[in-house]
Order: sequence, then structure tokens, then C-alpha cells
Amino acid sequence: MGVNPMGKPSVPIQPLSGAKTLSPVEPPPGLEGQGFFATTLDAAVGLARKGSMWPLPYATSCCGIEFMSTAASHYDIGRFGMERFSYSPRQADLLMVMGTIAKKLGPILRTVYEQMAEPRWVLSVGACASSGGIFDTYSVLQGIDRIIPVDVYVPGCPPRPEQILDGILRVHYLASHESLRRRDSEEYKALLAHYGIE
Amino acid sequence: MDEALLADLRRVLGERILFHEADDVPTIGVEASALFDAVTALYRDEALAYRYLTDLFGMHYPAGAGEAGREARGEDLGLQVLLYNMEKGRRLRVTCRFPVGSPEVASLTPLFPAANWLERETYDFFGIRFKGHPNLKRILNIESMTVFPMRKDFPLEDQSREDKDDPMFGR
Repeated sequence: MGVNPMGKPSVPIQPLSGAKTLSPVEPPPGLEGQGFFATTLDAAVGLARKGSMWPLPYATSCCGIEFMSTAASHYDIGRFGMERFSYSPRQADLLMVMGTIAKKLGPILRTVYEQMAEPRWVLSVGACASSGGIFDTYSVLQGIDRIIPVDVYVPGCPPRPEQILDGILRVHYLASHESLRRRDSEEYKALLAHYGIE
Repeated sequence: MDEALLADLRRVLGERILFHEADDVPTIGVEASALFDAVTALYRDEALAYRYLTDLFGMHYPAGAGEAGREARGEDLGLQVLLYNMEKGRRLRVTCRFPVGSPEVASLTPLFPAANWLERETYDFFGIRFKGHPNLKRILNIESMTVFPMRKDFPLEDQSREDKDDPMFGR
């Protein structure tokens, strides 16, 4: 056990018992031998998708500042294959909504989502994007899930970069475990129809 | 209010001054129908020369508040115009009131082009209609909004929110 600069003995941080460990380098189940690795197409495509997910940062307020910190060298989402931000929705895989969305901004956010190609994921960062947060008022959209479907919510006001990273890893988990047919399924079509998205 | 200023105001506006008071800013009240003529006269007079529009905004005093006698006429909704004489550094507040049912007043845009967006904002939040405005539509809120949110009869909170429907901890 070492001694940290504060003079107290440093204790290794134990993961919470029962918590789902999310590893960025976990290989999918498959057959392994000398010089080959065989797995299902779903798992291989999922591995590729989660390893090169291009995010579109839609940052409107203080959560956007936390995101900048997440993207900068200290937390560095480039470690998860996400250093290339796509400011064009056409090439983006993950829409990261970070901040208060006013009702007037709602149709614009929806257009951005509609312009993204399938498969697409949405990460709602912070209390405002998830529920309206403290802005319980006439001008603010009370959660972006009123206009677009959301995959992962990150709570916090604003969340720390670790929480945003946790949300990103959970999106990666969804992406790598998604069936290739999910986007053609009746459930998915019904979800989009519920939001009135073609 | 400064006696010399009041004398000048009386010379220019005469009986159109309904009341006056020396608040933080000298204030006069006029009829809504006379607002445009009054502000024009204050603009043109060489001595007063209020030729700069600082601000223009609506106000809503539900019945029982505000100037005596006005609420009895149902004139809850009002407009305040803040004028400035840049040469002398003097300010003036011109206020008028009108009933909620017919909040109409002549637009100040012919006199002050800067009134354009201010009047759109006032229309957006209070529903005050400015006759003669070149482009009177909402400026800050979404076009599909059906209410005027700064009126006191409109609840400030978003009514579509479900997570606060709690008898103990909700609103």
C-alpha cells in the first residue's frame, strides 16, 4: 500500500459490488485459435460500431463545458475511438445532447436527429436534456425524449466527466450488443412512429 | 419631480398628462390612445428633446394593483416607454394602461426604428398589439405558442411535466 501526496495511505478503489463492469476492450464470445478468431456477424459489426462511434456534440449550456472536459486530454474520449467529432449529422452515429433545450430549439434538434443515418444512438446528458431540470417553465422543453427517442440518460446538474464517460460506455454496450435486425424490427418502427419520425 | 421639467412637460403635453410622479425616474402617465402623439411631441420639442428610446416593455397588474382608479376600469395591462435625452442626460418614463380585452396601442416604429424588436417582444410576452408595426410576430418564443406567458393568469411552470405530480413533494 503506497502513500499518496496527502500523506495518507492510499487504498485501492474497489468496484461497487454487483455493479456491471463495462470494459472497452472486452472481446465478444467466439472461437479462438492460432491466428484466427471466429464470432458472429452481429458481434463483429457491433465491435466495429462501438470502436469507431462518431459523436455529434449538441452542447447548449453548462453540460457542454463538462463535455469539453470529457473530450480534452485528461479524460479523453479518444481512448474509446471517439476523438473524431462529426459536426455533420449525416456522418454521426451518436447524438450527444448536453444542455437545456428550449422549446424553440426542439424542431432544430429533431431535424438534426432525422438527418442522422441509421444506426443512430442518442445520449441525453444532464438534468435539463433528460427532464427539463430546474427549468420548469413555459419556454423549456421538459426532456428531449418528448421529441426524439433516447438510448441512455446521464443524470447530474451538470454530470462530472466520469458520469459522461459512463454514459458513453453504456451506449457502446448497447451498440455492441445490438442485433443487426433491430432497426428493421416492428418494435423499432413503432418507436419511431410514436415520435412521428419517418 | 423637478419644477422646471414639469413646467416643460405641461407646456408640451398639457392635459394629456394624467398623473406624474418623481420616482427613481420622472414618470408621466398618458392615455394609450395619446401615447404616440405624446412621445412624438417629447421627441420634437427643442427643450425636452427625448430622442433616444432606452426601452419599451409591457406590464401586467392584475385587478387590485397599480394606480388608483385604473383597475376599476379593467385596465390591467400596461406599457412603459423609457426615453432619454442624451445631451442633458435626462430620463423620462411614459406609461399608459389599457384593458386586457383590447390591448392596442400605436406602434412607435415610425419614430424609433429601435422599437421594432422591443414591440415584438412585448407582443410576444404580453399580447399587446401595436398598430402600424411592420412585422408584428413572436420574436423569442416558438411560433406555435398560443398564450402570452408573462401575463399573470398564465402559470409560470410547464404544465406538461409529470414528475412533479406528487401530493407531498410535487408543486
